[in-house]
Amino acid sequence: MRHAIALTVVFAGIWLLWSGHLEALLLSLGALSCIVAVALAARMRILDDEGVPFALAGRAARYLPWLLLQIVKANIDVARRILNPRLPVAPRLIRVHARQQSAVGRALFANSITLTPGTVSVDVDGETIVVHALTAEAGNDVLAGEMNRRVVWVEQGS
Amino acid sequence: MTLQLVWDLLSWGCLLLGSAFAITGGIGLLRLPDFYARMHGGGITDTMGAGLILLGLGFQAGVSLVGAKLLLILVFLLITSPTTAHALAKAALADGVEPFVSDDPGKAGVP
Repeated sequence: MRHAIALTVVFAGIWLLWSGHLEALLLSLGALSCIVAVALAARMRILDDEGVPFALAGRAARYLPWLLLQIVKANIDVARRILNPRLPVAPRLIRVHARQQSAVGRALFANSITLTPGTVSVDVDGETIVVHALTAEAGNDVLAGEMNRRVVWVEQGS
Repeated sequence: MTLQLVWDLLSWGCLLLGSAFAITGGIGLLRLPDFYARMHGGGITDTMGAGLILLGLGFQAGVSLVGAKLLLILVFLLITSPTTAHALAKAALADGVEPFVSDDPGKAGVP
């Protein structure tokens, strides 16, 4: 029930933002579509901590600025390598042990790796994430484990 | 009046820098040695390119409904772009595309 209410509130907020209309007819249609969407989610049995991970929202919001900084730094590094006439890249596959306990935590970690240019999560096998790294440095950054540790911290917030 | 000028300069700075990153991503797509390496070029266009262009458009829109929508588009992009990148890479691996691996940065351009 907690998840259904949280999801309805978020849907209503997004609906209002997209439409910007406040007439009674449109508002009631919007409310109806929010309720139908939540009912469908309930029928699909995805109204749980995994499908509606709002408990993590607070810590995720504090993780986001650090992630954005890493994305900007990695972007500048990869852009310089692409524009360098010698093209100094050394692609490799590495295996990273994801220390998160939940599926949501591992998904957040794998997606953070992919969002950072220079590393892409190729495959997830249990607790091991196979990562394609464009350079040795990018691969070593993932293996060093700071992002791993920070995502564990986000996950423990729930 | 001057505030408007500062706002416009910020906006155009973001738009031009974002475009430069988007083009760099495209160049990477062409120059990098194999399928997996090329995905990193696409990653630049997805994050810095799209991010800075949306930020620049946000400065044009100011604090308004349109500005909030642009911000939300950015949030959704941060969720959808790694999902598609992962799906592409996993499909390639499942289909048996061998990643080109190199320890020598100097020779990386020639697979």
